[in-house]
Amino acid sequence: MTAVTAPGAPTADPARNITRTLVIGLVLMAAALPFLVGKSGVISNFTFLQLSLMIVYAIAVLGLNLLTGFNGQISLGHGAFFAVGAYTAAVLIETYGVNYWLTLPVAAVLCFVIGYLFGLPALRLEGHYLALATFGLAIAVPQMLKYKHLEPITNGVMGINLMKPDAPFGLALSSDQWMFLVVLIVAVAMFWAARNLLNSRPGRAMIAIRDNTLAAGTMGIDTSRYKATVFGISALYVGIAGALHAIIFEFVSPDSFRFELSIAILVGAVVGGVASLPGAIIGGVFVQFIEKYADAMTKKLTQAIHLPLELQPWTLYGITLIVLIYVMPGGIAGGLAALWARFRRRA
Amino acid sequence: MAPLLEVSGLKAYYGATEALHGLSFALEKGGITTLLGANGAGKTTTLRAISGLVKRDGRITFDGEAIDRAATEDIARRGVAHVPEGRGTFTGLSVEENLKIASYGRRDKSGVKRDLDLVFSYFPRLKERLNQQAGTLSGGEQQMLAISRALMLSPRLMLLDEPSFGLAPLIVQEIFHIMRRINAEAGVSMLLVEQNAALALDLADTAYVLETGTVVMSGPAAQLKNDEGIRKSYLGY
Ligand SMILES: Nc1ncnc2c1ncn2[C@@H]1O[C@H](COP(=O)(O)OP(=O)(O)OP(=O)(O)O)[C@@H](O)[C@H]1O
Ligand SMILES: [Mg+2]
Repeated sequence: MTAVTAPGAPTADPARNITRTLVIGLVLMAAALPFLVGKSGVISNFTFLQLSLMIVYAIAVLGLNLLTGFNGQISLGHGAFFAVGAYTAAVLIETYGVNYWLTLPVAAVLCFVIGYLFGLPALRLEGHYLALATFGLAIAVPQMLKYKHLEPITNGVMGINLMKPDAPFGLALSSDQWMFLVVLIVAVAMFWAARNLLNSRPGRAMIAIRDNTLAAGTMGIDTSRYKATVFGISALYVGIAGALHAIIFEFVSPDSFRFELSIAILVGAVVGGVASLPGAIIGGVFVQFIEKYADAMTKKLTQAIHLPLELQPWTLYGITLIVLIYVMPGGIAGGLAALWARFRRRA
Repeated sequence: MAPLLEVSGLKAYYGATEALHGLSFALEKGGITTLLGANGAGKTTTLRAISGLVKRDGRITFDGEAIDRAATEDIARRGVAHVPEGRGTFTGLSVEENLKIASYGRRDKSGVKRDLDLVFSYFPRLKERLNQQAGTLSGGEQQMLAISRALMLSPRLMLLDEPSFGLAPLIVQEIFHIMRRINAEAGVSMLLVEQNAALALDLADTAYVLETGTVVMSGPAAQLKNDEGIRKSYLGY
């Protein structure tokens, strides 16, 4: 009798050990970065903010990946949970003077509950219909944030300004450096939790539901409860990302969370690689990169190659997307894995 | 002896369309019953209705208890294992994980281990491929996996939807041989849907013939096998 090993039990797979060492090494290096740079200015505060935003989006993309990549439910509306998380943090900090750390669990719980409740009726919707329902959510939330009677809380279209927290314990770090560390710590915890979830029995059940929902039901899995719960967990991830975004970006407003954000998160998940944890990180980088540079790069490109026509700002974004989907249908993570496999065969 | 499964006046719906129009039949404990019928007769729908996978109406009792209002997962936990049309492989999981999915709802650890040993004794080929991604198994291996996965529920009744579909005759023989053993040795009753009527009538003791959602004929399998109408319509000689 072969003992059936517990899911996620350590195996003697050398590739896996290398990966683990690599991941731990990279995280430690990233964590050391603010301390090494200190006040020298080698890496600007602005760059630290950019890096933090990438990590924040990686958490959001991971959240959507849990839902779409590992459970087979599509959402075009996760920007809504990002907004709820962000406003939760902003209101708690600005109006009630709550410590920013504490806003994270509050945002998490709130988004889980909303996500779960939204997931329940969404169970009856398949594929395209679920996409439409979630899209409605993405459209509705910014409008609700502008709603007159909520203005005392949300401050309407003006939004809420925040102050970035200083580094504690007299650490010689700037606010941006400190928040980079905070975001990094939260991200590591959330990726670690996601990995453990996926290696657990519920994680296997999630994947089984994705692969064949009916068959999963006939195996004794309560598919409805699972789907709603995964919707909740997914919203929780995105909500925490939203809260972190509010804290480091020092500002929330309804128009920061328009439906383009939902699309950006979905695009990040697909481009990074659906059903892949490393893919979520790549997706986060992509979301932030596109947000920041697609416009400028399009302009530069137009000048550089002396195009006789005026390219629309999002042209490069579109082209990049189309090329990536054709060249790497499994996302960047999938493409890199395929390259690596080919390389190993050659060697 | 009361029947293990009793279906009476069963109707099933896809949206507004009624696919089963008041089906009735019974299945004896320990037996193998087969449902025959042309394409679209409602065989798959009947199995789905028993498992609660389609909207249904009518009375279904399993071992004396009504299951016509129960949820799919409850029906599975009560001991009705569905081996679906197309095998229903969890393609992204390994063979081992496919097998273990079924045991998640079970508390009896020693029973799980015993059933796993049983599965490996029936299908040693799966044991060799425990870590292989299930989606990369051959069709025959996936069918073995589907039956094995169902066995891991420690079922009293197995619903089998065209286990021979798309498989080479030799593999079909092997799988049907194992099914007979599972029935005889593990005491699992079976409701078998098959296009291959000759094969099904050989294995089964009782047969029902469906036509557009109703039972049009039933009887001992050996008797139906010699029925001229059945021979012409389903056996082709
Ligand atoms: N998902 C569905 N939506 C709508 N109608 C369906 C669906 N599945 C089956 N039907 C219809 O229900 C009827 C019975 O179909 P069913 O699949 O039960 O037939 P079957 O006897 O299993 O046929 P086959 O031998 O081809 O598998 C058919 O008229 C079919 O078109
Ligand atoms: Mg069928």
